[in-house]
Amino acid sequence: MSERNKIMLRGNDAVIYGALLAGCDCFFGYPITPANEIAHSGAALFPMLGRVFLQAESELAAINMVLGASAAGRRAITASSGLGISLKQEGISYIATMELPAVIVDIMRGGPGLGNLGPEQGDYNQVVKGGGHGNYKCIVLAPNSPQEMCSLTMKAFELADNYRTPVYVLSDALIGQMIESVLLPDPVDKKPIPDWAIAGTAEYRKNYITSIYLDYDDLERLNLKLQEKYELIRRNEQLCESYMTDDADTVIICYGIVSRIAKSAVNLLREKGHKAGLLRPMTLFPFPSTEIQRLEKKISSFLCIELSNGQMLDDIKLSMESDIPLHFYSRMGGNLPNEQDIINKYLSVHGKTNG
Amino acid sequence: MAKKLIYGKPSGFFDTFDRRPGITHSTHYCPGCGHGVLHKLIAEAVADLGMLDKTIFICPVGCSVFGYYYFNMASISVPHGRAPAVATGLVRSNPDCFVISYQGDGDLGAIGFNEFIQAANRGENMAVFFVNNGVYGMTGGQLAPTTLPGQKTLTSPYGRSVENEGYPLKVCEMVAALDSPVYVERTAVTSPKNIRAARAALRKALTYMKEKKGFSLVEFLSGCPVNMKRSAKDTDEWIEKNVIPYFPVKCFKDIANERKPKQSPVGIYDKEKVKDSLLATEKIHPSDESELPVPDIKGELRIKCAGFGGQGILSLGMLIAEAGHLQNLKASWLPSYGPEMRGGTANCSVVLSREAVGSPLVKTADVVLAMNQPSIDKFSPDLRDGGILIYDSVNIKFDNPGKCNVYSLDASMIAKDVIGDVRCANSVMLGAFCEIIRSIDEKSFISSITNNFRGKEKVISMNIKAFQEGRKAVRK
Repeated sequence: MSERNKIMLRGNDAVIYGALLAGCDCFFGYPITPANEIAHSGAALFPMLGRVFLQAESELAAINMVLGASAAGRRAITASSGLGISLKQEGISYIATMELPAVIVDIMRGGPGLGNLGPEQGDYNQVVKGGGHGNYKCIVLAPNSPQEMCSLTMKAFELADNYRTPVYVLSDALIGQMIESVLLPDPVDKKPIPDWAIAGTAEYRKNYITSIYLDYDDLERLNLKLQEKYELIRRNEQLCESYMTDDADTVIICYGIVSRIAKSAVNLLREKGHKAGLLRPMTLFPFPSTEIQRLEKKISSFLCIELSNGQMLDDIKLSMESDIPLHFYSRMGGNLPNEQDIINKYLSVHGKTNG
Repeated sequence: MAKKLIYGKPSGFFDTFDRRPGITHSTHYCPGCGHGVLHKLIAEAVADLGMLDKTIFICPVGCSVFGYYYFNMASISVPHGRAPAVATGLVRSNPDCFVISYQGDGDLGAIGFNEFIQAANRGENMAVFFVNNGVYGMTGGQLAPTTLPGQKTLTSPYGRSVENEGYPLKVCEMVAALDSPVYVERTAVTSPKNIRAARAALRKALTYMKEKKGFSLVEFLSGCPVNMKRSAKDTDEWIEKNVIPYFPVKCFKDIANERKPKQSPVGIYDKEKVKDSLLATEKIHPSDESELPVPDIKGELRIKCAGFGGQGILSLGMLIAEAGHLQNLKASWLPSYGPEMRGGTANCSVVLSREAVGSPLVKTADVVLAMNQPSIDKFSPDLRDGGILIYDSVNIKFDNPGKCNVYSLDASMIAKDVIGDVRCANSVMLGAFCEIIRSIDEKSFISSITNNFRGKEKVISMNIKAFQEGRKAVRK
């Protein structure tokens, strides 16, 4: 690929680049910090390329516009941050139930409540565990660079179409705000309108889309069908980055901005002869349990670092089959650990486990 | 002789309602319900206007949630109140389709009023058919926004009190006050005369939609005998006697002839155009023909730029990052965040590396560029031993503790006296950085400045001059 395709891009802008390279037709969104640059870029670039950009009157309207465009068989995206995502949950439950593809970007900020504009990871549960009502889940991709904000947004569209399910790109204020070199991937080929769509022509007239099933057995069948889909996703779509794990004693598990800091910390620890490793989940659902189960057979402990009260920690516990120690270090409120904090935590873990 | 059909099911309906579990020859509506009449008028009109293939019928939450059992057109049942938002998504992504947003008084007037009024105000090309029966039918008969004063419902057992719930919501009157909607009419499906007027109104709305004239609203005063606890006949009479006086049946607005059809071409996805346009928006990228080698940086060069807001601190960082990027280094730039922003200082972290950058947050710095006193006080202790400190001596007093390499220059004074604009002080600092670091070529910094101020030739030349002055100042 040509160096000409390499540009400096802000994480949030890279989402729009990824969406356009994925042939996205529509962006619907509502202003919210720290996700605003996504809408700013969308407003500038979507119309320029004959795509639809519309600022919705609310988060509710935005997600339901996505629902409509998706039902029409078009690729649609919306972006927000924690509290806005809370408002979208109703629509996301419908989208999942109607088995429509959609891409939702969450640039996490400090919470709960109005919180603040700093980076946090407190949306994990509402994004990874379904979040709205009913027995559904969404695929969740977790980029840690502007490069991945672009490429994982593209992947999100592909997964959303393949599995007919909403897909999140879950990131944080810092990955959204930082600017970094990005190698633009090649654009996708034009996608045909899927046969289930309500696309406003004779051939699609027979189609209808609903999420109401008054008969209990009908609704149970739908639920079972969804669970089968999630099981397929769990088996096929786990994605993670393992760094220096081959000979590691303790493997640090973290995602998003924390994984960038932890990588620097691992490098510093390695320079001093410590055998630290890093496992970075790139999909949060499906959670990379397979890799956790592979690693736990050869290491002495895990260290989970999160900008939350331990929301991902639960998934690590559910993934583990052995009883090796699982340590936890967290910051909240917009605060971040620095490399030294992580190094200190690693060393204290070893003070305990190695005597 | 062929039989002449004088009465039959409209072709907008299915022959049998096979989507309905159990009974497939009739609808699920109660006797005397207004939905049945209205469904028939719609089925007939959409067919007569030749719009069946292109029309999408939106079923709301309410008794008409199962509209797709009956209409022989594409359908979708949507979240409560969100029909106009879903309709917006459908029609914006596919401007050639026609969308009927069929909504009740709770759906449209209460939980979904914002979606409704905003779609109206945008003038979306859609027809909203608003069934106003003054009660929540599906949930068993609660107070609606349009329930009349004194009217008893399950949640207004003593009658609607204007003290407690206010007066009924006059939807047509509100929508008619907006500029965007083209057609607003209230009708009733109570008597043959009123039904004929309702039939004409909904046909007009569909015709305007077909002509892409924009947003039409037709309200239908309608009966719900079960929840009004009256017979079908009494219900219609009660509406004519009590509801129509409050909600007058009339045309509020009809300006479609003054409006041009909406021009909403469907964008064609063009793979090559997408990529070319995206690259053209950012002119700064490493060139294939670059003869400049990748700078010989060991590990990561971690840089902190700091100063007052307004001194161009974030730009200074960005110029450094871009210069590195131009020589095929991996570069990251991160603006100040959170608590560090307090106290009137701005700062940013820049990391340059031949390998992928680790943490983009610079805590321990290899280089600090400081442009005011609070910045040097705060960030100079974070310099690694042997690190480089570059500061603007006009604004800063600093005693070198001796563990780092210190360069001071009168950046602000040079910018003011030599260049004639103190705002160029950051480019003076940039020149100093270039001269001290040496591994990144001056051409990259100049390209970076040129890109940053593209279109402003005078500003570019001033900043390049400032950059050169900065280099000179350090050489001394």
